[in-house]
Amino acid sequence: MAKYKYHILICGGTGCRASESDQIHKQFDIILEEKSLEEDIQVIQTGCFGFCEKGPIVKIMPDNTFYTQVKPSDCLEIIEEHIIKGRSVNRLLYEDPETKKHVEDSKHMGFYKKQLRVALRNCGFINPEDINEYLANDGYLALANVLEQKNPMAVIETLKKSGLRGRGGGGFPTGLKWEFAAKNKGDQKYVVCNADEGDPGAFMDRSILEGDPHTVIEAMVINGYAIGSTMGLVYIRAEYPLAIQRLKIALDQALEYGFLGDDILGSGFNFNIDIRYGAGAFVCGEETALIHSMEGNRGEPTFKPPFPAESGYKGQPTNVNNVETYANIPVILNKGWEWFSSIGTEKSKGTKVFALAGKVNNVGLIEVPMGTTLREIIFEIGGGIKDGKEFKAVQTGGPSGGCLTQKHLDTPIDYDNLLASGSMMGSGGMIVMDEDDCMVAIAKFYLEFTVEESCGKCSPCRIGNMRLFEILEKICAGNGTREDLDQLRNLGNVIKDASLCGLGQTSPNPVLSTIDNFWDEYVAHVDDKKCPAGVCRDLKRYEIVPEACVGCTVCARNCPVNCIEGERKQVHFIQQDLCIKCGACYDKCKFNAIIIK
Amino acid sequence: MELIKLTIDNKAIEIEKGTTILKAAKQNGINIPTLCYLELKDLKIVNKPGGCRICVVEVEGRRNLAPACVTECQPGMVIHTHSVRVINTRRTVLELILSDHPFDCLICPKNGNCELQTMAQKFGVREIPFQGVQSTYRKDFSPSIIRDIDKCIMCRRCEMMCNEFQTVGALSAINRGFESVVSTAFDQLLEKSVCTYCGQCIAVCPVGALTEADHTSKVIRAIADPTKTVIVQTAPAVRAALGEEFGYAPGTLVTGKMAAALRRLEFDYIFDTDWAADLTIWEEGHELLDRLSRHLAGDKTVKLPILTSCCPAWVKFFEHQFPEMHEIPSTAKSPQQMFGAMAKSYFVEKLGITREEMVVVSIMPCVAKKYESSRPEFAVNDNPDVDFSLTTRELAALIRQSNIDFNNLPDEDFDSPMGSSTGAGVIFGTTGGVIEAACRTAYEVFTKKPLEKIDFKELRGLDGIRSATIDFDGLPINIGIAHGLGNARKLLEEVKAGKSKFHAIEIMACPGGCINGGGQPLHHGDSEVIKARWRAIYEEDANKPLRKSHENPDIIKLYEEYLGKPLGEKAHHLLHTHYFDRRTDIVIDLEK
Repeated sequence: MAKYKYHILICGGTGCRASESDQIHKQFDIILEEKSLEEDIQVIQTGCFGFCEKGPIVKIMPDNTFYTQVKPSDCLEIIEEHIIKGRSVNRLLYEDPETKKHVEDSKHMGFYKKQLRVALRNCGFINPEDINEYLANDGYLALANVLEQKNPMAVIETLKKSGLRGRGGGGFPTGLKWEFAAKNKGDQKYVVCNADEGDPGAFMDRSILEGDPHTVIEAMVINGYAIGSTMGLVYIRAEYPLAIQRLKIALDQALEYGFLGDDILGSGFNFNIDIRYGAGAFVCGEETALIHSMEGNRGEPTFKPPFPAESGYKGQPTNVNNVETYANIPVILNKGWEWFSSIGTEKSKGTKVFALAGKVNNVGLIEVPMGTTLREIIFEIGGGIKDGKEFKAVQTGGPSGGCLTQKHLDTPIDYDNLLASGSMMGSGGMIVMDEDDCMVAIAKFYLEFTVEESCGKCSPCRIGNMRLFEILEKICAGNGTREDLDQLRNLGNVIKDASLCGLGQTSPNPVLSTIDNFWDEYVAHVDDKKCPAGVCRDLKRYEIVPEACVGCTVCARNCPVNCIEGERKQVHFIQQDLCIKCGACYDKCKFNAIIIK
Repeated sequence: MELIKLTIDNKAIEIEKGTTILKAAKQNGINIPTLCYLELKDLKIVNKPGGCRICVVEVEGRRNLAPACVTECQPGMVIHTHSVRVINTRRTVLELILSDHPFDCLICPKNGNCELQTMAQKFGVREIPFQGVQSTYRKDFSPSIIRDIDKCIMCRRCEMMCNEFQTVGALSAINRGFESVVSTAFDQLLEKSVCTYCGQCIAVCPVGALTEADHTSKVIRAIADPTKTVIVQTAPAVRAALGEEFGYAPGTLVTGKMAAALRRLEFDYIFDTDWAADLTIWEEGHELLDRLSRHLAGDKTVKLPILTSCCPAWVKFFEHQFPEMHEIPSTAKSPQQMFGAMAKSYFVEKLGITREEMVVVSIMPCVAKKYESSRPEFAVNDNPDVDFSLTTRELAALIRQSNIDFNNLPDEDFDSPMGSSTGAGVIFGTTGGVIEAACRTAYEVFTKKPLEKIDFKELRGLDGIRSATIDFDGLPINIGIAHGLGNARKLLEEVKAGKSKFHAIEIMACPGGCINGGGQPLHHGDSEVIKARWRAIYEEDANKPLRKSHENPDIIKLYEEYLGKPLGEKAHHLLHTHYFDRRTDIVIDLEK
């Protein structure tokens, strides 16, 4: 780094690239060339910084100045002001919503203050397409040590002591998993990286592969050495072109540098990695389904046992770990299990990456120590609820997680606490809802996803989820009964109790948790035929408050079905039988004369 | 054998390690209900995807319920098979399955014989609490098999039979979520698939999703037509299974009652496919000897081993999968088609009528026979040699429809001249039978010595692949036998690789042979049923006064009067066929 005076880091994650961060990169290159600064200033595209709400992100190092929502047209100003004159471009700095002051150093931003980036340590820091940058940050050091110590069982012991648990959702202790795979005999064992990130809204695995692919490669090679496998496979969804591209570049570089292939670092150990593409089925994140998919069979789970560690890919002992789990491993080996296990709660060690989304101010990818509370995440890191609305619920764990409420805000988040609260860790999706969200509609929304994504193998999941969805539809349409509410509970519990794999065993969570936590809202839909949040269209009624209506005719003119009548400067009224509840009148009325009942 | 201790329904039991909860319960008198599970132990057929979730039980300390069919017993387990939680879950799961199943039980072909219906009855389901959409698909009518997959419950038994056991690969689960169903690739019609019409999918389908094409009403009409002479032939395996449809124990031979019933149904002549089986042996046995002698004489153009060709599903299988080997199977037609060809030549001549005035009906344990009879090469001027082929099940339906009190019928005989048969013709009905029948004749013809021991016990059994060396008076003849197309594939791969040691191979598509054909009464997963039929076939053989095909006097007369000699010109024309490359039959029509 010393060679350059400044480094300009541009977020090259999928999100920021969609907002033209590529163009920003080009623009910087052009300007630097024009100004003959290319010898002093290096421009790097990094992985995701996580603060997607304010992307595209540009960071100037070593000042650690964090510019948000940068446009290609801002590049000149950044060069002229910051680089040449040494003055920050204030208008591009993050503004603290409370103090209204600009924050220069990202360390002082609310979004980053409570974060601890372990798995994401290199994302937004190094150029993922340059192995040297990874090497400069302790890259492949863990592998070198492991190969030198020649004690595979010691690696497994370290992982067991570290307390690392699978980050893909199940939370199974990683060290134990490796131990099973190591103990089982096979002609050709396999190491599989599960990069089939299927939770809508979750993108930590993609970000890691886009921002730090070598860490995954390094961990897989270590995994191979520890369990006695020479073949690794990355199962990645084909919808992740950038991650695939960067992974391929990294694989080539690792091979070239001797971290992959035959006789790795002169140790005599051989290991190769191949890529397998998934077609985007949610259930293929389940390890047995993933293995069947890789084998060219229908992507559907099978009963365990046998576990993949006994009989996995091609019937051979196979260890499957998720991307985020792998990203933790080189650090654990470098810094020691004592360091890792000092972070987190009693049974959940280390950190967890969450994809924070929904009605929070700071949407993005965050990493916090296990045990951080929902309140800290939503109100400190997330910056609170958008537009000053009331917090209502947070859904964790992806589409089959549960919805947690106010009363759970101070629960330290770990695997066990989330499960006990009726939700789950999942792969770390976290969607925040506010007072405008109808919890019945939310439950229906998630069910729609699981109905589509069920593999169809077992009857409770295949048919049961459809029936749950239909009952919710009925309730949202104002045709629900109290018996339907009983049936939701009974059916939800049966599906959880009787389904074959994790998908069906968790898919009713959104329904069951919202019934438990928002019972009154369900009752309002069923008994009063009202949607308190005003979301369910069939239960909505737009009415004009005569006292407030000035007769401006705006509502009538904007009504697509012409169901609003009234003379100019006279009170208007809505013909309810014709109203399609599109809400155009409500949005257009400047006098708050239209209300939702 | 390691024993472990556990508790099921408050009963302390000891069980062999590795036993599933389902089997442990059964051994202790507890019948846990199952739906997708199927095991035909003696045939090594197992289906346990753990998909229906009907067999779930409660295991103390376990978070969710355990499927009994796949969960192995562990020491100290405390299992409850009928707790409130279990009963409620099981019932709800059944109600869910029923909620996506058509309610047309009264007119379903499986009415009264449906495992789902039986279960609903057993559970006392009186209403379905779930109203919602039902998945619907197009109905598929092939010459042999009807697929009404609206009724599919995704038990995957047919898929297992078709893919794993038969290695045909015509059926597999398609779509996802609620729309998941077992169908063909790209949801094409079965006729455009690699389906062999073996009908093993039908044999294992618990519901009415897979049934045979029903030709009973066509047969009734033909019988009623005064301008037609309607004759019927019955395959050997039918008599060993038909009784089951009328309450007889499996394995009860009902040959005489069957002949009587057919006569009550007013067929004009009651004949026997066994007669044609004897004829097949004359032709196929001589073909074997011909190839063998030429081979021994050093003729390098001779293809060995010779493969039997009486199973139409097997024929279609190699036409799809091994078309380059079309010269290897015997060219002899199957007994059904030999019968048809002789009926519409030899017999119509005897009666002095035209072939158009005759209707030939066959009663077969098979659904592929329907397809076989419709193959264009088995017709003259579009008039098929065999007009209609009914399954054993359809015959039973016909008997019931016609108010015939089957159980109180007297034993009657077949008619002459196409009704007499030897024991060799009878054993065509089971795996190993055709080749044993061929050996009985070929031995005596080749060695010109009488056979001392008629029973070739070394060729019998239910192992999927068997082999034996028969001593033809100093000449060792290597015989291979496969039943089930997956087993056949293994032997064919050997032949293809030039590694086969066999001179002759018998292949039957269905596990067990015709006794367990796709047209037989349903075994509902009980392999004892199949074994009982198997024993019955050999019992019928043992009871026959004549047991070698070349001793059948009516066949001897047929050659004297009509055919000349085996493999002769007339015999060749009427009794032999040829095979096609069917790889190009598979057309994926995505437009539909």
